[in-house]
Amino acid sequence: MTQLFPRNANSIARTSILLALVGVGGLGAALYTVNRSSYNSGQLIVKEQPVMFSHKHHVSGIGIDCRYCHTAVEKSSSAGIPPTETCMSCHSQIWSDAPMLEPVRESYRTGKSLQWTRVHDLPGFVYFNHSIHVAKGMGCEVCHGRVDQMPLMYQQNTLFMEWCLDCHRQPEKFIRPKDKVFEMGYKPQGDQLALGAKLVADYKVRKLTECWVCHR
Amino acid sequence: MSSQPNLPIPPPLDLEAIRARLDESKGPQFWRSLEEAAGAPEFQAWLDHEFTDGTSEWSDGVSRRRMVELLGATLGLAGLTSCTKQPPEKIVPYVTAPEDVVPGRPLTFASSIPGVGGVAAGVLVESHMNRPTKIEGNPEHPGSRGGTDAQTQAAILGLWDPDRAQTVLREGRNSTWQRADESLKLLREQMLSRKGAGFRLLTETVTSPSTGAAIKDLLATFPEAKWVQYEPAGRDNARAGARIAFGEPVTAVYHVDQAAVIVALDSDFLVSGPGAVRYARDFADRRRNPASGMNRLYAVEPTPTPTGSSADHRLPATSAEVEGFARALAAELGAGTPAATVKNAAFLKAAVADLAANKGASLVIAGEQAPPAVHALAHAINAALGNIGKTVHYIDPVEVSPADQAAGLKELVGEMQAGKVDTLLIAGGNPVYNTPADLKFAAALRKVKVRIRLGEYDDETGAVCHWVLPMAHPLECWGDLRAFDGTVSLMQPLIAPLYEGKQLIEVLAVLLEKGGREIRDVVKEHWRAQIGASTPHFDDFWQKSIHDGLIAGSASPAKTVALRKELAAELGAAPAGGDEVLLRPCPNVQDGRHANNAWLQELPRPISKLTWDNAVLMSPATAQKHGASNGSMVRLANAVTGPVWIVPGQADGSIVVHLGYGRTRVGKIGNGVGFSAYALRTSANPWRVLGAEVRNTGDSQVMAVTQEHGSMEGRAIVRKASLDEYTKQPDFATHEEKKHKLFSLYPEWKYEGYSWGLAVDLNACTGCNACTIACQAENNIPVVGKDQVNRGREMHWIRIDRYFEGSIDNPAIHHQPVMCMHCENAPCEGVCPVAATTHSEEGLNQMTYNRCVGTRYCANNCPYKVRRFNFFLYSDWDTKSLHGLRNPDVTVRSRGVMEKCSYCVQRINWARIDAERESRRIKDGEVVTACQAACPSGAIYFGDLNDKTSQIVKVKADTRNYALLTDLGTKPRTSYLAKVTNPNQELAPRAEAKPAHGGNH
Repeated sequence: MTQLFPRNANSIARTSILLALVGVGGLGAALYTVNRSSYNSGQLIVKEQPVMFSHKHHVSGIGIDCRYCHTAVEKSSSAGIPPTETCMSCHSQIWSDAPMLEPVRESYRTGKSLQWTRVHDLPGFVYFNHSIHVAKGMGCEVCHGRVDQMPLMYQQNTLFMEWCLDCHRQPEKFIRPKDKVFEMGYKPQGDQLALGAKLVADYKVRKLTECWVCHR
Repeated sequence: MSSQPNLPIPPPLDLEAIRARLDESKGPQFWRSLEEAAGAPEFQAWLDHEFTDGTSEWSDGVSRRRMVELLGATLGLAGLTSCTKQPPEKIVPYVTAPEDVVPGRPLTFASSIPGVGGVAAGVLVESHMNRPTKIEGNPEHPGSRGGTDAQTQAAILGLWDPDRAQTVLREGRNSTWQRADESLKLLREQMLSRKGAGFRLLTETVTSPSTGAAIKDLLATFPEAKWVQYEPAGRDNARAGARIAFGEPVTAVYHVDQAAVIVALDSDFLVSGPGAVRYARDFADRRRNPASGMNRLYAVEPTPTPTGSSADHRLPATSAEVEGFARALAAELGAGTPAATVKNAAFLKAAVADLAANKGASLVIAGEQAPPAVHALAHAINAALGNIGKTVHYIDPVEVSPADQAAGLKELVGEMQAGKVDTLLIAGGNPVYNTPADLKFAAALRKVKVRIRLGEYDDETGAVCHWVLPMAHPLECWGDLRAFDGTVSLMQPLIAPLYEGKQLIEVLAVLLEKGGREIRDVVKEHWRAQIGASTPHFDDFWQKSIHDGLIAGSASPAKTVALRKELAAELGAAPAGGDEVLLRPCPNVQDGRHANNAWLQELPRPISKLTWDNAVLMSPATAQKHGASNGSMVRLANAVTGPVWIVPGQADGSIVVHLGYGRTRVGKIGNGVGFSAYALRTSANPWRVLGAEVRNTGDSQVMAVTQEHGSMEGRAIVRKASLDEYTKQPDFATHEEKKHKLFSLYPEWKYEGYSWGLAVDLNACTGCNACTIACQAENNIPVVGKDQVNRGREMHWIRIDRYFEGSIDNPAIHHQPVMCMHCENAPCEGVCPVAATTHSEEGLNQMTYNRCVGTRYCANNCPYKVRRFNFFLYSDWDTKSLHGLRNPDVTVRSRGVMEKCSYCVQRINWARIDAERESRRIKDGEVVTACQAACPSGAIYFGDLNDKTSQIVKVKADTRNYALLTDLGTKPRTSYLAKVTNPNQELAPRAEAKPAHGGNH
């Protein structure tokens, strides 16, 4: 009886097993990469907005405090997006006929809201509260990055759950004095971990990592 | 509503065997259904299957081939669903931000919502950026004291109901308000020339002083026009009774907290009727602490009600027997009425002795549907006992016009038949559906030349009208209403009308050529004219009144009334006894006005636990007589056909049918649910059909009933004792348990921060269901429909278990709300393969939806059966208007996810954040769960067990405090205060002789 399989059958079998393993692994790796990529997280991606608003210009250029526009940040879950009226409080006087600001003036004229594209977008099952983070010495910069150096707004961090937990487990790595919360480019005086540990104790910061803190 | 009656129809019950079994006390001491009492194999099978038949299988006959297809597709799709990328989202800020609105934080506004009879419920409405989402009671309102009933809670769904009338219709075609106004102006011209002859206005009961003034203005401008009020479950009998007793239709206001002995004559005063929310609180206040004395309630009623189940002595009686009892009671107590005999003399004697011993501290209350004579007798008895001015006072009617509605309607229909009515404006109500059958309202209406309908729905009446004008929901209105005690309660709109709805007063303004004014100003100017002269700084006063939701000190003053001598003569002869059919408004959908409210349709009725249906309710003996079992179809008086439901404790010979069903034109929810009993109604006898033929058709129907769902298999769940037993052994509820010490192999966990706990006082709970609906509104809980309820898949986070105790013919009835116990050793947590349910440091049993993969192991392992699974996508994600309804602080769950009571963790989180921001602890009373806030009788307590000064710690230290199934070592955080009744020693105690602490292990 002749041999059913040629001599190289063994090699082909071995190679194909190897290739299959590599393929499965590669597919896994590819999915993992896509999942972690900014394609999925939205990290560092500038989104189109009705008005090319520059935080850099308004924050570091003019020196406007975060809370001038984001008025609810110390009171509520939402930081608040300013009403058109807030823009117009200056722009009815300066750059009052700049073509770039036409959508703002149109909104003010017609009473129709500007429609911004959300940059930091948490899933519907995550409940974040700005006011408590700000009250406990968590600077805007910690999550939002150097907004004062962003001509156009983008999401600095992944907003993955592990990223949240990173701080919720070790707030001392990120906490700052309450009077520095709204400061951009804050540098701790001395060792962050030592200062952080003291602030965590002073501000009675709890390391809340339970599900219902954010999911409910 | 899809009804798929592919569930098997259960075999008929052997009622004689059940009766014998219970009488020989071989049966369970506490039982929830006749099947359980019978020890039926079907009941055992129900218990043995955690998710009941069909919950885990395909029930619509899927072939093997199709199954494989589906499996393949599932595999593919299951993977794909996790690949969704979050869709981009827009932020839409204000152009000009309104004052006080902080995005993310709700505001609360006081308003009022009219109930049956137009009586105001004072409410506080939560508004998220001008989007009303939740209704709470107004603590400053005398009719609320912070509590609400189930209908008021459900009103928020009524506002967002997508089936509401959305546009002006003229002869079925879309039109506009502008055209309608033009027609109304033309109508005005015609009316002016004829002084309004041929114009009739038909409304529901009006208690609003400003609307009343507008109507009077209309009648003054058009003297030949007439105004008729009609409500099918109105207060005609109460007014007629007051007329017999005092010669004027005064309204009675009770001081239940002042009464040591109360006799309820066919009255459900704790749950239905004006003032019920307040009365429930006042009643419970005298039962909360049995050690310092309790009131005593006697109930004589045809069908068990929540009030009857709260009674210390309950006597089932046909309506003739109730009246006979009232007559005998009056005669015995020297009210000067002729003597009468009663069947149960011992009960009468005990009640008489108790009332006589508590002169000035007793109270007799006649029910809303009781005949006028019973009302008159109740007034006479209260007068004879010297209760007037102490436990009851009388005020001018809260209605603008206390006319006899049935007579008015009859006259109107006569005129319509005779062609004397040219124009009929029907505002609110639904006369084509809910008027007595003998009047043939629809046929008469067709003879009216111009028929204008102002209604919330394009309903049965709208179908016969030329114009259908959408009416504004109460939460879209400015206005005023009177509460049960006459307090002027103010309405302010929470949102601009969603569907261009208008109020009656706006339509009247067009007819009066007074249009164009804001209703806000109309109401304000009305009150400026009334009280402006005597009120300094009226504008400030008004601002404060709007803020408070009521005009302070506007309760009607007590009236001096005197019994008429003619009372005894005018009572007439005692009514004939015999088999009767009684018509009653449904405890949930009332007269049918809430028929399209899915929350109320799916809410189990307090006693029968039926959902999505009405039924022919009869006692076991009556059912035996007619050869009927649960679900048997019977035909009543050859007019309506409906399924039988056997209610233990119902009076033999009295069949009760709830009104409000069989709607044909209300919306997707209410159409075709149940059968309409209005066909049985006559204008002469609106509540009672004597000697109606009852014919068993031999057919059967499956009923969606929840009474056996979540059974804990006869273990000691409800615990109760009489006052004497309690006095002898205050820890009767836990006495047995204390003998067995439980120990754990694991070290005790220390709760160092907060430690949340909840307690329910079974002495205060009336089983009214307000908590269940409050929870549904707060936590975005979906409804599932009749078919799914039948499969045991209802989603309510709080179920109210109703237990019968003792005989099948007159059992004691107990209610027990059961929500998640938040066990410290929670059996559900250990079995979750993905750690979706875990324990928090504050003792909460957390459920993380986004982690849940739907194995349902947790529900299987929960001994309390409080976990609910989304078998399908029950939440409506597509209907836009329902998006507005949702609480933004709670995730809307998707298919395949487990859920359960969270102790309103969103409220805890908000309180914690607010406290932490101020670097303090959460104060006692700062976290109020939705159920606790809604409970009319204040039966639910919640708080921090680590705060030794908190109310919850005090409540849990009560000797009555016990937890469920503690022998399992679960250490529940939810506990109950055992029920203590206050029976009269003169009456033989009911079946039980010993305190019920052991159940029937």
